[in-house]
Amino acid sequence: MILQFGVLFAFLVAGELLVRFTGIPVPSSIIGMVLLCASLKLGIVKLKWVEKLSSFLVHNLGFFFVPAGIGLMNCLGLIADQLMPIVCASVISTVIIIAVTGWVHQFTRSASAKMAHKIIK
Amino acid sequence: MDFLQNKFFLIALTFGFYLVAQFIQRRTGIKLFNPILIAIAAMISFLLLCDIDYDTYKQGGDYIDFWLKPAVVALGVPLYKQLSTIKRQLLPLLLSELAGCVAGVVSVVLLAEMFGATRQVVISLAPKAVTTPIAMEISSAMGGIAPLTAAVVVATGIFGGMTGFRIVRMSRIHSPIAEGLSIGTAAHAVGTSAAMERSERYGAFSSIGLTLNGLFTALLAPIILELLGYSV
Repeated sequence: MILQFGVLFAFLVAGELLVRFTGIPVPSSIIGMVLLCASLKLGIVKLKWVEKLSSFLVHNLGFFFVPAGIGLMNCLGLIADQLMPIVCASVISTVIIIAVTGWVHQFTRSASAKMAHKIIK
Repeated sequence: MDFLQNKFFLIALTFGFYLVAQFIQRRTGIKLFNPILIAIAAMISFLLLCDIDYDTYKQGGDYIDFWLKPAVVALGVPLYKQLSTIKRQLLPLLLSELAGCVAGVVSVVLLAEMFGATRQVVISLAPKAVTTPIAMEISSAMGGIAPLTAAVVVATGIFGGMTGFRIVRMSRIHSPIAEGLSIGTAAHAVGTSAAMERSERYGAFSSIGLTLNGLFTALLAPIILELLGYSV
């Protein structure tokens, strides 16, 4: 288990360092995720070194958001003031994102499949 | 009652509320007993009732919050397991993520304007679809209110996680890839944990969505905001 913690944190540190030295506007954790994925692919890291801990963290991701959500109590006044725009815009926009992403994916996927079919023919 | 402000007590209470809600949800199957939602609501009520401020809670809460970053790194594992699928569909994935990212930022800004949000609130809402660390950074860099962004991000995630599969069905999106992908795009890691509950495959596609949208939003949201007249 200690190895698993060590590997995950090493990738987080790599992400932090990259952000520090390049100044790219992407969070260190996202860079760490991409680096971990790449290292697994290249065989630098073995799946069994990280599988247990990452499975636990990934399956309980939601829990780690609870404190950030509780931060809501600091802006209750502002939220009450602007409740309508905040709720309506967020809800409708979320539906739009889901629909647009899904549609474009389905469309481009079937389009590229047809293209490939034609080329083969 | 000094003990109520003890950080270990506050952490334990957070676990407690979450576990109770999880137990009720599993027993009754009622979606509204979303453990994240209930834990947040119960904890806020508790803190307000006992007159404990957020900064005091944070002394315990930070220990939980701390694990958010390693947990996001851990998403690299399901991502790795789906690499061959990603490679096969690179173009559809990139195009749909680009569309989802732009549609998301533009729609939330225009809708918020339409419903009469103030300038600061509009900016705070703009990155609401992506995971908290990215969203908060964009928000504060563009002149929004970072704590409001965090709250809206979590709320959006809970909403997307609870209703995502229904929205997908109503929009006639059929393939597991498109389903997981769009939920991760709209509802980041919280949506991903909902997708994970369905199966690891859905979860993996959802984590592709959250990753790509996170990257795209980090790069594009400031530009889109500027184009819509919200320059810093």
